[in-house]
Amino acid sequence: MSKKSKYAAVPYLVWMVIFILVPLILIGVFAFTTTVQVDSEGNVLTTEEYDTYVADLIAEYDEIGEDYDINELLENDDITEKTVFTLAHILEVSKYSSVLINSAWLALIATAICLVIAYPLAYMISRMRESRQKLALMLVMLPMWMNFLLRTYAWMTLLEKNGLINKLFGLIGLGPFEMINTQGAVVLGMIYNYLPFMILPLYSVMTKIDSRTIEAAQDLGANGIQVLGRVIIPLSMPGVATGITQVFVPSISTFIISRMLGGGTNMLIGDLIDLQFLGNAYNPSLGAAISLVLMVFIILCMSITNQLDNEDMEGVLM
Amino acid sequence: MNKNKIIELKNITMEYDGEQILKGINLDIHDKEFVTLLGPSGCGKTTTLRIVGGFITPDSGDVFFGGKRVNDVPPYKRPVNTVFQKYALFPHLNVYENVAFGLRLKKVSEPEISRRVGEMLELVDLKGYDKRGVNQLSGGQQQRIAIARALINNPKVLLLDEPLGALDLKLRKEMQIELKKIQQRMEITFIYVTHDQEEALTMSDTVVVMKDGTIQQIGTPQDIYNEPVNSFVADFIGESNILPGIMHRDRLVEFAGNNFECVDGGFDPMEPVDVVIRPEDIKLTPASDDALNGVVENVTFKGVHYEIIVKAYSDTWMIHSTKAPNVGEVVGITLTPEDIHIMKKSEVKKVNYFKSDLTEGSDIEQKI
Repeated sequence: MSKKSKYAAVPYLVWMVIFILVPLILIGVFAFTTTVQVDSEGNVLTTEEYDTYVADLIAEYDEIGEDYDINELLENDDITEKTVFTLAHILEVSKYSSVLINSAWLALIATAICLVIAYPLAYMISRMRESRQKLALMLVMLPMWMNFLLRTYAWMTLLEKNGLINKLFGLIGLGPFEMINTQGAVVLGMIYNYLPFMILPLYSVMTKIDSRTIEAAQDLGANGIQVLGRVIIPLSMPGVATGITQVFVPSISTFIISRMLGGGTNMLIGDLIDLQFLGNAYNPSLGAAISLVLMVFIILCMSITNQLDNEDMEGVLM
Repeated sequence: MNKNKIIELKNITMEYDGEQILKGINLDIHDKEFVTLLGPSGCGKTTTLRIVGGFITPDSGDVFFGGKRVNDVPPYKRPVNTVFQKYALFPHLNVYENVAFGLRLKKVSEPEISRRVGEMLELVDLKGYDKRGVNQLSGGQQQRIAIARALINNPKVLLLDEPLGALDLKLRKEMQIELKKIQQRMEITFIYVTHDQEEALTMSDTVVVMKDGTIQQIGTPQDIYNEPVNSFVADFIGESNILPGIMHRDRLVEFAGNNFECVDGGFDPMEPVDVVIRPEDIKLTPASDDALNGVVENVTFKGVHYEIIVKAYSDTWMIHSTKAPNVGEVVGITLTPEDIHIMKKSEVKKVNYFKSDLTEGSDIEQKI
């Protein structure tokens, strides 16, 4: 590598450090530290000890009847604050494990349905004539060009009790159905918003499958299903892995979709984190801890998914 | 050679995007025959092969396998296997699994698969490569795997679509010999598509010369080379001098300003014809009044022989000789009657040449 090209990467490295590494470290700091009170001899006071100490001080000065500043008094007594390492926040996350499991479950359902819809669709597009492929891809991406919130609002009005879908059902004497504010609505929102992210990577690996390879399989005696199971699916595994990642990750951490279509009744892990930073339950340390746990969980899921890519798929598929 | 018809093509036509690719192909292929479909690109030879393989259905006409019409039989039910251009191996499987592919589909038992894959790899000289990924192999090795993968299914007919096209010259020659050996050992029919006339002559029992979706000539390599039916075949198979001539009567033809005795007949008196003479059949003699004289314009060393360009009368002659005259020397061109092949004039005289003049303002770069 020439010297020049080495330096060309510098702006990008600076960018990565400022916008990726530093925030990550900050989250780590938030998640693993807490402030404690330390007395003059360096002993950490428990909350009760500290509270008793403060109460005693106040009682003492109230008796004398002098004006006082409690912070000043504490400082005079060498009671100081100190930031220390703690696992308390991380352990606290376990209280919310049901939320994490629920989020993962909904994201998994959404990802699976996306895969089922996208796979045949992507295959059909990849075998179309070139000019038609472009048109089909544009139709797939068209919803993505509209604002995310707007799209989700549209679903709210469609799914409402007096919404368009229920009205249509009403015409044939059915319903009205309870559709908005259900888990089903949340999953639908995930599928609708993230389906293109499943179709595109699948399409791009499928266009690269040489049609002669498929013909070779037919020539060797494979019928349609066998061609699919033994050639097309194994060769499209990299696209499946990418697609799963691209749908699962935003689905598991979404909070807008569940708030708008789930009505807040089905809290997801994203909502929980949002609540710790911007909501009533202001607690950035816990928020950071949940984020970290979520991140580790996602990394684990993705490393399993990536095995799809490398492993010999023989035996798994027919 | 066994003369049982194994495949018959009857009046096959095929159109694609408004273009007539095949214009009525009639072809019989016999058991244990090595048949080559030979022609320039776009002549319909690959399309014909794909119709036999079942990958495309002809617009009209019928395909028979052993007397049964198979037009609507899908590829996976036909008793043929194909070696594809650029091999089309399965990139996600190793060598062993590639070769075993067809047997696995037939649910053959594991020990049987193992035995037959071993045999096949031995046949194509790739023993011990079982566990390699196919992308780690060289072009020649991939080629052999493709052949093994097709042959393991014991097809009655093996279709080969320009299988040696991507190999270098030396490897190609070795593979030609090897393919012929394999065909004789397995005792099956090979249908081989190529645009390389030398390949066709070396390996085939029967050569089918095609052009523009029609069959020009079917015959043994010797027939095709020695008795081409028209100037296209003559020009495509080996090098030829093709000269305009007039048939005065049977066994007397006029060309290059002289009358020559020949061995052909059956033309109308004074009919314009094409005269085809192979460059290696021409003898160079000292210039004399009896012979056709010409001036040597160019001499190129070609290894086995010299290629000599002689301008005589108004024609340019190509002559192959082991002795090289000097450029500018006047030489005599001597022909025996057997070397002069007379052909009916074809409508397009020289299909391989394209002549045009550059007009002013044309932006084509002129390369000489």
